[in-house]
Amino acid sequence: MPEIRNYTLNFGPQHPAAHGVLRLILEMDGEVIERADPHVGLLHRGTEKLAESKPYNQSIGYMDRLDYVSMMCNEHGYVRAIEKLLGVEAPIRAQYIRTLFDEITRILNHLMWLGAHALDVGAMTVFLYAFREREDLMDCYEAVSGARMHATYYRPGGVYRDLPDKMPEFSPNNWTSDKDIKRRNEARGGSLLDFIEDFTQRFPTYVDEYETLLTDNRIWKQRLVGIAVVDQQRAFQLGFSGPMLRGSGVAWDLRKKQPYAAYDRVDFDIPVGKTGDCYDRYLVRIEEMRQSNRIIKQCVDWLRSNPGPVMLDDHKVTPPGREAMKDDMEALIHHFKLFTEGYCPPEGEIYAAVEAPKGEFGCYIISDGANKPYRLKVRAPGFPHMAAMNEMVKGHMLADVVAVIGTMDVVFGEIDR
Amino acid sequence: MTAPLSDKLQKLEDALEEYLEDYDCTVEVVLGQMILTLPAEQLVEVALILRSHKAFGFEQLIDVCGVDYSAYGQSEWATETASSTGFGRGVDRADFVAEDDPHRFAAVYQLLSIQNNVRLRLKVYAPGNPPMLDSVVGVWSSADWFEREAFDMYGILFNGHPDLRRILTDYGFVGHPFRKDFPLSGHVEMHYDPERQRVVYAEVEIEPRVLVPRVIRQDGRFVSDQVLSEKGGDDA
Repeated sequence: MPEIRNYTLNFGPQHPAAHGVLRLILEMDGEVIERADPHVGLLHRGTEKLAESKPYNQSIGYMDRLDYVSMMCNEHGYVRAIEKLLGVEAPIRAQYIRTLFDEITRILNHLMWLGAHALDVGAMTVFLYAFREREDLMDCYEAVSGARMHATYYRPGGVYRDLPDKMPEFSPNNWTSDKDIKRRNEARGGSLLDFIEDFTQRFPTYVDEYETLLTDNRIWKQRLVGIAVVDQQRAFQLGFSGPMLRGSGVAWDLRKKQPYAAYDRVDFDIPVGKTGDCYDRYLVRIEEMRQSNRIIKQCVDWLRSNPGPVMLDDHKVTPPGREAMKDDMEALIHHFKLFTEGYCPPEGEIYAAVEAPKGEFGCYIISDGANKPYRLKVRAPGFPHMAAMNEMVKGHMLADVVAVIGTMDVVFGEIDR
Repeated sequence: MTAPLSDKLQKLEDALEEYLEDYDCTVEVVLGQMILTLPAEQLVEVALILRSHKAFGFEQLIDVCGVDYSAYGQSEWATETASSTGFGRGVDRADFVAEDDPHRFAAVYQLLSIQNNVRLRLKVYAPGNPPMLDSVVGVWSSADWFEREAFDMYGILFNGHPDLRRILTDYGFVGHPFRKDFPLSGHVEMHYDPERQRVVYAEVEIEPRVLVPRVIRQDGRFVSDQVLSEKGGDDA
């Protein structure tokens, strides 16, 4: 009688390599995976149901908390759906600011992914390097919105306020030496745009540093090359989008194919993989960071020379200015109605998608003419990626599961919603 | 609404008319996006055509979204006529649930054709109690988890799904939370019981309350020309 060797392994939900709260039930034959059954939903907060009970604008903050490492891209998807429903469009300067911050967000996300992925596979250093740069970008978030992560900066009709003229500086304190503070403040003397421009000049060297550590690294290649290969047809079938689809050799990017914001006015390339394995997806994302840097540069140049409004002047949708509110009766009424009741878009339904760092982030809104959405469905890019887990790890070793979770770039805030 | 369709949508509409004339489906365009509504029993056949026929080429199923239409168009605060009682926080929920309404539940499929760079939305009402649809997992693999989610949230059954389990809610969860008759605060809450030394379920203690009432206003800016002309056009 043959000896039965299959056994079941429980991975997570509190495992450092699970990137959050993923519980995986793995059926193993020795060290080879026979079947993987991901149990998701441990972070389910019912965002879509909550949105049904709130006026449109009050749910923007929830979008930040979906994919909590690419905050502004989520806001962009939601805000764009509302704008289409209302039939309004943000001013051009707001479109550029959104493009700028979408790309900053993409770099933020990819740095987080790179650090965590490398850490999972065994390279400690990259994580520390990546977080060094994330710090600067989160300072940009803070300068513009007051929050380092959950910004709620995009609003239907534009962005909440214009870019600040002065980048906040570090002040002297008891924990950091004056020399350190001086060094940290070096790039912060000017405006936010000066700071971002300085960053774009430094950043390509940083990416080179990461690549020195990883791209030709023997261990890194052994862990990634030929792991979890997904061909084009399967990538379509499984609903892949973003770098996961491009890694399989499909030149599909919503920023190019269905342009929104100011993406049709900036110049950039879409990197495409060849074999569809983890290593190709790594290369695609690295190149995306360089391309994002390119877009940011162009946006900074445009924003410097083109001042203008960043919010629509339609006070049925956007709040009136503080000063107007204090001495104009009509502005006061608009303000009151907008913040107590919100606005009522016409009856209809809309699907709007943006190219978030992880893939296609879409919002489907059904409106019955009320001040709250009748139904909001968030299409999170990570959800179909996670669903492909079983197919991607089947036949691989246990250690490869960690590499696959890393390559998928999963965040449970958006998968569980 | 009367704006001319883009070339791609026009081409898609022509193709839909040409190849789907045997099927009982209607095409409409809302806010520049095309919606194909079709009866439940034809879903899989039409889905196969949409995926495989070279005139369509919808190789990706982007999303499946369950919808519960039972409270559609209901507001909590009258805006057209004056009432003697204002709005109170303890809003009474009307008993709106019509159990056997064949148009209560719907599944909405977002399709994307990468080769033609065009999107299409399929809308299928799920008849029956419990509502039931045929699964499209055989057509698009990505439907697997999306259908599980629609089942979990709305209780729509998908006939032929290989593994229709709950996906987002807790193990042993009762009910379908996104239905309109399911309260926002839920039915049960968890806490740690020090005597039994484990986590236990109990009835929810918080009372549901509404911070902002749901109102429906007919905003003049959005009323289409068509509606105005039907009214007689005196306020146009």
